Amino acid sequence: MGLQEKLRREARTLADKKEAKATPESKAARAAEGRGTYKAQQAAATGTSEKKRRVGTKMVPLPSDYIVPERDAYLTPALECRHLGIDFGGLHAVENFNLTVGKTEIAGLIGPNGAGKTTVFNLLTKVYQPTRGTILLDGMDTAHMSTDKVCQLGIARTFQNIRLFPSLTVEENVMIGLHNQVRCGMWSGIFRAPRYWLAEREFHRKSLELLDVFGMADQADAVAGSLPYGAQRRLEIVRALATDPKVLLLDEPAAGMNPSETSDLMDNIIKIRDQFQIAVLLIEHDMDLVMGICEGIVVLNFGKVIAKGTPDQVQANPQVIEAYLGVQDEEA
Amino acid sequence: MGFLSNVVNGISLGSVYAIIALGYTMVYGIAKMLNFAHGDVIMVGGYLSFISMVYLGLHPVFAVLIAICGCTVLGILIERLAYKPLREASSLDVLITAIGVSYLLQNLALLIWKSDPKVYPSVIQAEPLRFFEGQLIISPVSLVTVLVNILIMVGLTLFTTRTRMGKAMRACSEDKGAAQLMGIDVDKTISLTFAIGSGLAAIAGVLLCSAYPTLMPTTGSMPGIKAFTAAVVGGIGSIPGALLGGLLLGVAEIFAKAYISTQFSDAIVFAVLIIVLLVRPSGLLGKPVNVKV
Amino acid sequence: MIERIKKMGRASKSDLITYALVAAAFIIVQLLLMNGVITSSLRGQLVPICVYIVMAMSLNLVVGISGELSLGHAGFMSIGAFAGVVAASALTGFIGAPIPRLLASMLIGGILAGAAGFLIGIPVMRLQGDYLAIVTLAFGEIIKNILNNLYVGIDGAGIHISFTSVGALAMDGGKVIINGPQGAVDIEKLSTFAIGFALVVFALAVILNLVRSRSGRAIMAVRDNRIAAESVGINTTKYRMMAFVVSAFLAGMAGALYAMNYSSIVPKKFDFNTSILVLVFVVLGGMGNIRGSIISATVLTILPEALRPIADYRMLLYAIVLIAVMLVSNSTHLRMLIDSLKARLRRDPDDDGPAGEAPEGGENVG
Repeated sequence: MGLQEKLRREARTLADKKEAKATPESKAARAAEGRGTYKAQQAAATGTSEKKRRVGTKMVPLPSDYIVPERDAYLTPALECRHLGIDFGGLHAVENFNLTVGKTEIAGLIGPNGAGKTTVFNLLTKVYQPTRGTILLDGMDTAHMSTDKVCQLGIARTFQNIRLFPSLTVEENVMIGLHNQVRCGMWSGIFRAPRYWLAEREFHRKSLELLDVFGMADQADAVAGSLPYGAQRRLEIVRALATDPKVLLLDEPAAGMNPSETSDLMDNIIKIRDQFQIAVLLIEHDMDLVMGICEGIVVLNFGKVIAKGTPDQVQANPQVIEAYLGVQDEEA
Repeated sequence: MGFLSNVVNGISLGSVYAIIALGYTMVYGIAKMLNFAHGDVIMVGGYLSFISMVYLGLHPVFAVLIAICGCTVLGILIERLAYKPLREASSLDVLITAIGVSYLLQNLALLIWKSDPKVYPSVIQAEPLRFFEGQLIISPVSLVTVLVNILIMVGLTLFTTRTRMGKAMRACSEDKGAAQLMGIDVDKTISLTFAIGSGLAAIAGVLLCSAYPTLMPTTGSMPGIKAFTAAVVGGIGSIPGALLGGLLLGVAEIFAKAYISTQFSDAIVFAVLIIVLLVRPSGLLGKPVNVKV
Repeated sequence: MIERIKKMGRASKSDLITYALVAAAFIIVQLLLMNGVITSSLRGQLVPICVYIVMAMSLNLVVGISGELSLGHAGFMSIGAFAGVVAASALTGFIGAPIPRLLASMLIGGILAGAAGFLIGIPVMRLQGDYLAIVTLAFGEIIKNILNNLYVGIDGAGIHISFTSVGALAMDGGKVIINGPQGAVDIEKLSTFAIGFALVVFALAVILNLVRSRSGRAIMAVRDNRIAAESVGINTTKYRMMAFVVSAFLAGMAGALYAMNYSSIVPKKFDFNTSILVLVFVVLGGMGNIRGSIISATVLTILPEALRPIADYRMLLYAIVLIAVMLVSNSTHLRMLIDSLKARLRRDPDDDGPAGEAPEGGENVG
């Protein structure tokens, strides 16, 4: 990354931060200043909140160690998380999670079991609403959005335990993924208006096109639940792609696959990225896959980021080795 | 004084709801299913005690015991025959089966005992208590109902916290898989839950019929649904919740009848159910459940 | 023509068979009617059969296609019935011919029931599973409770509505249409079998067309996996609501047709038992299987009529049907047996794949 660009990025994130991270007191004070209301007078009289803002404000460093592939440096990142966190009861399941995924980056999210990786995915897709922090999808804040809204905005995912629509056919599964790409309202559907026939043709064409990416077009009429395991995983990816995402989240895409299937999958992920020009963020335990295709990697342990960098950097990081292998008392 | 006697009637009716609600809440807590047929077990309890007293001429105490035994056996049978094969089925299928069982009991009762309402002789034969120079009359049935309710609540709380079987029950309601790994016989525990719930339903049936002495094959369905409401209001799976919900609902129903409208009292009770389910689906004393993705 | 049928997908073929079945049934009944073979008691059942078919199909849209258990379906039927009766009376001066008036009344009944479905759906759709079932049951009971205390009359000044008594209507001559617990009285019997058949075809077309469209796929996606449906950008509430409202609308139309087949009708007719009856049709016909609903509603309505001795045991039979279907469909042994029998009967070379974990009553809609 060029130095100039790095500085520019930092300046931009700082500016954003200033807006987002303004403390409640300072916000209130600023609002009051503008209006010169009773509140401002009160604040001036006591003098506390004003003073606090100038003197007592705790300044924190912003995460500026973001890295993205050089080709994406001039583009808005596909995904940015800042200080993301969620509590379950008293437990900080994810804390201070910072991440940037470049426009066409293939990024990896790894960590031991129970580190909070899937929770991060659930936060990104708003299955859980984050307790703290912001998520920017292609520069847009997704605060308070529902799962279906963020999907429409451009985030798609697959699930660790496959969640297809098992009683429907392969083609129907993809058509459902295309839900927001082809429009046809209830009335045109019920009365079979010309719009319906056009839409159905479009659905059919697009879904076969997408299935073809994985060479599954010949299985279009099979019932999804009857497909072999590997094919179900592939279908889930196709369905996610059908939503025309900017970021594709893959939750353990290689789980349960044999080495040859995994190697096909690696080729396919790269192919998808190249063909659709999207970012991919994947959770995976298969290190050959992660180190083989990921450009940037984030390591999570106990809900916190313990390392990030290129595959080489991460592999050499002592903290990562410790998290995966436990503390070694003596050199073996 | 009208107000006071309304309160007394409300608490008495609420106590019956609370006893029925216990059956719902325990089964829901452990088997995670809405036992729709629970209300009809109440009706069976009513008929069993009625037959014992009127046709067989037994002492009310024996009649109550027969009803309890009969309903306990019925509860275990229902669980074994209808619900156990559906442990792995979808909740939609289980609920439909439960509705089927409820319907089956009602229509069997209709065939055996016919549709004409029976006049139920109260199990407690005593003079009503009079207070404030006869302005507040408390029927002995109300008094006994409240006392029985207190006894059951205390007994059940002790049972679930102190005994081995009770602890096993709580373990099953937390996590069936883990309980099984700890050597708890889950099937036996579920059967026990149904047995206790149905036994309590029999007691509730006797008390309900003593207070409102018309017995029909459909006697149990309305109180059943209302008691389920009570269980939800209190927080499903919670024993104190069943008590609280039952009392609240009983008082609300009597007050609605007295001060708002007799015709719309059922609608009001159901409106309470809907509001509670929407505003606080986990109930007053329940804990929220998180969906795992 | 035959070429076109061959080229059609499995789903469209299945739909065609359903339409053909309904048409054939209509022709057979017409022929029997002309030859006077049908007994008068069965003839009286023709409109109710059509009504129950529509009720079963519309409930199947909610239970089978959308995957929610609604126990208040009779409530929507009753709204349609009473609204239809009032509309038919009020429209007397505007539409003279009985058939258009019946159709207009059915439409009004359907729209009101659909509107009620929407209003009820706002809170109901926030719930799932058992709680949703109980709340729909509660709404059904509330509707019955309200209708039991509803008094409607019509006179020169227009329609009068009261919730206390006939006296409170303050009528100036005219006639009482709905009289509290006694229900609708002096109904003009407008319903005919032909209209009933038309309603069946209409409801069938609405449901099948909906299911085969983008909206229908979204509804089924929500049923199969709510979280996955959300994750591909489907607004789950919207599509559950769509199924619920369309179902209520069709039930309302059926209710209006039903009411105008009798000279009087009481609110008690539309109680929980009726909701369960329709549920029995749906369960026996197969959840999600529209053709099955049509067949089971017809058979279960004619059977007790035709076989008097079992009429007393009708309700008992329904209860056993509910339990038995659930136990059988959830028994792995029996399901394997049925699957192997089916495979042998069909001898379909494409059908030897692993059965997998396909859930109940999903795929064969229609």
